[in-house]
Amino acid sequence: MERYRELRRLVHDPFLLLLVTLVFALLALFIVYPLVRVLATSLFYRGEFNPKYFLQFFERRYLIRPFLNSLTVGGLVALLGTIIGFAFAYAVTRTDIPGKSVFKVIATFPIISPPFLIALAAILLLGNHGLITEFLRTRFGIDWDIYGLPGLVLTETLAYFPLAFMTLEGVLSGIDPALEESALDLGASRLRTFFKVTLPLATPGIASALLLVFIRSLEDFGNPIVIQGHYPVLTTQAYLAVTGMYNLPLAATLSVILLVPTLLAFVLQRYWVSRRSYVTVTGRPTPSSLKATTPGLKWGLFGVLCVLSGIILLFYGLVFYGSLTRMWGLDNTLTLENFRYVFSTGLAYLLDTLKIAGMATPIGGILAVVIAYLVTRKRFPGRGLMDFLSMLNFAIPGTIVGIGYILAFHNPPFRLTGTAAIIALVFIFRRMPVGIREAVAMLQQVDPAIEEAAVDLGAGFARAFRRIVLPLISPAFISGMVYIFVRCVTAISAVVFVVSAQWQLITVALLHEVDNADLSQAAAYGVVIIVVVLGVILLLDNVLGKLILRRWQRAR
Amino acid sequence: MPVEVRLQGLTKVFHSHREAVVAVDHLDLEVEKGELVTLLGPSGCGKTTTLRLVGGFEIPTAGEVYLGGKRVTHLPPQRRDTATVFQSYGLFPHMTVFENVAFGLKVRRLPREEVRRRVREALRLVNLEGLERRYPRELSGGQQQRVALCRALVIEPRVLLFDEPLSNLDAKLRVETREQIRKLQKELGITSLYVTHDQAEAMAISDRIAVMNEGRLQQIGPPYEIYAHPANRFVADFIGRANFLRARVVGSADGKLAVELAGGVRLEVPAVAGFEPGTEAVAVVRPEAVDILPEGEGDVTATVVFGHYTGSLATYKLALPSGEDLEVEVLSPQEKGFLPEGTRVGVRFHRQSIHLLEE
Ligand SMILES: Nc1ncnc2c1ncn2[C@@H]1O[C@H](COP(=O)(O)OP(=O)(O)OP(=O)(O)O)[C@@H](O)[C@H]1O
Ligand SMILES: [Mg+2]
Repeated sequence: MERYRELRRLVHDPFLLLLVTLVFALLALFIVYPLVRVLATSLFYRGEFNPKYFLQFFERRYLIRPFLNSLTVGGLVALLGTIIGFAFAYAVTRTDIPGKSVFKVIATFPIISPPFLIALAAILLLGNHGLITEFLRTRFGIDWDIYGLPGLVLTETLAYFPLAFMTLEGVLSGIDPALEESALDLGASRLRTFFKVTLPLATPGIASALLLVFIRSLEDFGNPIVIQGHYPVLTTQAYLAVTGMYNLPLAATLSVILLVPTLLAFVLQRYWVSRRSYVTVTGRPTPSSLKATTPGLKWGLFGVLCVLSGIILLFYGLVFYGSLTRMWGLDNTLTLENFRYVFSTGLAYLLDTLKIAGMATPIGGILAVVIAYLVTRKRFPGRGLMDFLSMLNFAIPGTIVGIGYILAFHNPPFRLTGTAAIIALVFIFRRMPVGIREAVAMLQQVDPAIEEAAVDLGAGFARAFRRIVLPLISPAFISGMVYIFVRCVTAISAVVFVVSAQWQLITVALLHEVDNADLSQAAAYGVVIIVVVLGVILLLDNVLGKLILRRWQRAR
Repeated sequence: MPVEVRLQGLTKVFHSHREAVVAVDHLDLEVEKGELVTLLGPSGCGKTTTLRLVGGFEIPTAGEVYLGGKRVTHLPPQRRDTATVFQSYGLFPHMTVFENVAFGLKVRRLPREEVRRRVREALRLVNLEGLERRYPRELSGGQQQRVALCRALVIEPRVLLFDEPLSNLDAKLRVETREQIRKLQKELGITSLYVTHDQAEAMAISDRIAVMNEGRLQQIGPPYEIYAHPANRFVADFIGRANFLRARVVGSADGKLAVELAGGVRLEVPAVAGFEPGTEAVAVVRPEAVDILPEGEGDVTATVVFGHYTGSLATYKLALPSGEDLEVEVLSPQEKGFLPEGTRVGVRFHRQSIHLLEE
């Protein structure tokens, strides 16, 4: 009865009805349909049920090896990344080391830049023609390079420990230092306090960090494709199955195999670990406990942080330096030639990237805000489903999304291959969840009576949304757009499948240069990417953000 | 008078955490044109939910809502001719006072001149002239409240809905503002549904009060009626204070009932339909409907168990010979002297004020 009434009421709010229908249609077409195609392709062959690659899973090395490799890398990276993340978080929340804000900024570098820049830097240093590799070879006659497991673990750890850091920083700063202080007051030693109080309280957070980093590592495509050597992982194998063998059933099967551990970890993190959190959110920042650490520990941590930050800075510095050399490893004389190349031959890629980002950013931003509003504030049949579907791609590796898009949009009726639209769509539907989350969080701060008043006074959905809701959550709207834009310029794992001769992306161009062993030009692309990202973050966040925000902040 | 709001079998069930909460339970209610009806009841009894069902913010599980004779159950808020004064005001924080009040008029696409004229007029009505350019956060609580009222009034809705509009104001301002709201409401003749859990507020402002408990309507009537003739124990207890004394009807004659209280006191009280001689009943005795006299006078002798003095009022707890307690309020205790514990006194019941309820 109530359901039926919800439905009837929609009819009297035509714009809302239209919007709900449209959103569902989009979610079905661009999220559900590609996934269904991947699953179907892995299970059916020539129209018959024939999951042949699943059946051969344990017999074929090209199936089982990448799977085990992925798990190995994921496990090691999760472990190391969480340890480093914990060290950073502990140092920042529980000691008074100098330069905390510098460490925090450095830790965000890998998050906002394309993660595979780290792999590029690692190669500049330790690859075939790396600085250290050459040094070892010429001075000691040792022939060693970083490709394979060591390279994967090194680069992914550096790329993804910031995620653990941010998660744990939140957790540790949520633990009231009074708890630790009272343990100390009761006579417990510092070590005992750490192991009996701090660590147990942080355990759910640590588990969360482990799982999140594990997922990221499994999903990672950019670092493995650069540095995996003869150590194939699932994402790269799936990519090669498509581009090298044009074996879509194999690619689909590999990506479904990838989906299993990632989804498992996601569900565990989301529904089990995060429920176990002891952290109490009081809304007022607690002063950090400085008593609980000894000077020795404090300066020890400081040293560790300096070394790690130093490595990150060194890596980014190397990319910058590499971009100014003629031919890395062979001819290291300085030149601006690479940038001339990037801005002539590579200009088309840069422009394509910007055009596509220019399409995806506003559309994704608006869609995210609209969906957030619909699911938090509106009643209509299927609201829970909309919430679930819109967040689905958050839990799904880009590789599957990319393969799904090839399968779904290669043939009529939805023929999109070769267009800019397909690339933009990948970005929109993959990155939207972050925008939705931010908008939901912000909407929860806004008194529902405010929009209810608008509707009550006669405003239809469109007006209430545009005049009331949007201005009130514009900060989330803007940061959602910044996020989408940044990802357009830096992401690779899904879009690598849908780029074409007509539409290329700068990240893909960078990979091609690595493939051609032209590391200097690759580095030049990397520098351009970083400059664009930083420029846009500063521009959108400050200029545009302030412009839109001014009125609202004045009112607050 | 025509009926402006009619609720018919209105029911709302919320489902949260697999548990169903019946917030409103088969509610029937009518509000006449120009009338102010208050929904009064304890916290969680479903007042806000009822109001939101009328405004269109919730969809009823069953039952219908009629406004001005038309069924509107299926219409969203923007298609209903109601305007709400929200408990938290819901002012648009990014708009000035003027823009807030003008919002509903602009939605209606009125010419700009008329919008300006009506906004100014409405602001004058609630004494807010000169604050047009302020933002909500630059106003005091009382001023914000009046902007919310003004914003609802200006669109001249068929029905005004108030959800505890005064709960964020201090006690003194609350009294002032409720008088102002009542005055405006009467002058403009706006049909209103008003939610509060403050019985003094309800008594002061309403034409009729609808008392609710656990989603159900307990009684509806003018304040006097509700106080003097509560329909059941809940209403008697919730509105004002009440003693409940065991009683038995022993006879009836020309509009009076003879009752015998436990302990043997016999009284003649106003007749209430449905009481035959011989039935057991409960006598509702208001604390102020009792006189305290010197020992030996009055209907019965009692002992002071406990006394409480607040200046204008003294409250005593007396032990009756039946073993029952009797709460008594004495006005201007200065004149009569404060009675210490253990004092034996005579008690006289005001016959006219005693109301019988079924056991
Ligand atoms: N959105 C909701 N979801 C679930 N339960 C709800 C919801 N809104 C109200 N309820 C429940 O319905 C019942 C009635 O709530 P309502 O807000 O109408 O009470 P009220 O009479 O206005 O109380 P108060 O005086 O405290 O404002 C309560 O038990 C409440 O918990
Ligand atoms: Mg309420």
